[in-house]
Amino acid sequence: MARMKFLADAERCIECNGCVTACKNEHEVPWGVNRRRVVTMNDGVPGEKSISVACMHCSDAPCMAVCPVDCFYKTTEGVVLHDKDLCIGCGYCFYACPFGAPQFPQDGAFGLRGKMDKCTFCAGGPEADFSEAEFKKYGRNRLAEGKLPACAEMCATKALLGGDGDVIADIYRTRVLTRGKGSEVWGWGTAYGAPQKPSAPPPGGKS
Amino acid sequence: MKRDKRWLIAAAVALLATAGCGEKAAVTVYKQGQYQGKPDKQPWDNDQFKGDKLAWDKAIKARNNGQNEYARVAK
Repeated sequence: MARMKFLADAERCIECNGCVTACKNEHEVPWGVNRRRVVTMNDGVPGEKSISVACMHCSDAPCMAVCPVDCFYKTTEGVVLHDKDLCIGCGYCFYACPFGAPQFPQDGAFGLRGKMDKCTFCAGGPEADFSEAEFKKYGRNRLAEGKLPACAEMCATKALLGGDGDVIADIYRTRVLTRGKGSEVWGWGTAYGAPQKPSAPPPGGKS
Repeated sequence: MKRDKRWLIAAAVALLATAGCGEKAAVTVYKQGQYQGKPDKQPWDNDQFKGDKLAWDKAIKARNNGQNEYARVAK
């Protein structure tokens, strides 16, 4: 079973904001809500680096742990989703998230904080697939169409990879090795590949 | 009086010993695919894939590998 992940390659990102635009356009995200954004370090200094940041669909998501109404859930593909019908817009998830992924629409005369909105890995929400309600609340469900997130598929330099964690880790590792480097490959699976099935013990060896 | 004190000490020790037992796990437990009354359909359970998981897996795999330009572009 695929375990969906994003991987951002700082060496390739040219800060074009194509991913941000693709996301906004795909899901018709309102003003003031940025499910994805590009963060640049040492902006303006030669050698600046940019990465695209959104919900990273954590394996052990802190937003899920702190939500007082338990509105989060995780799909079989490892995508962290939430139910907007249960969300009370308290903002705990925003403080818990290390990536600043949860967003809160603030419209209305009194700056009312609405229900949380975040990257869905283009997997919609608990509403029926392809329904109008799902699109209005969570955006398009590309995963149910057999497609990957629009941001990653749109990325011109392929700095942003999205999909099965093992596959994109392999793509990234090949890329880094082709560059002739290796230090950027961190994380056991990314550096050494997907876990292999344990080989049979050598004859006479202890099991 | 002496017996009362002993009881008091025993109660205090018992209270201290079990003080940590009420701690709840901080990590949320979830079931794959559904979580606390929020069931969601699998991505292949729709009109497009009609429950064909293999077809969905194939489509996603093709998209996954499509991101590898070393495989796509001839050397």
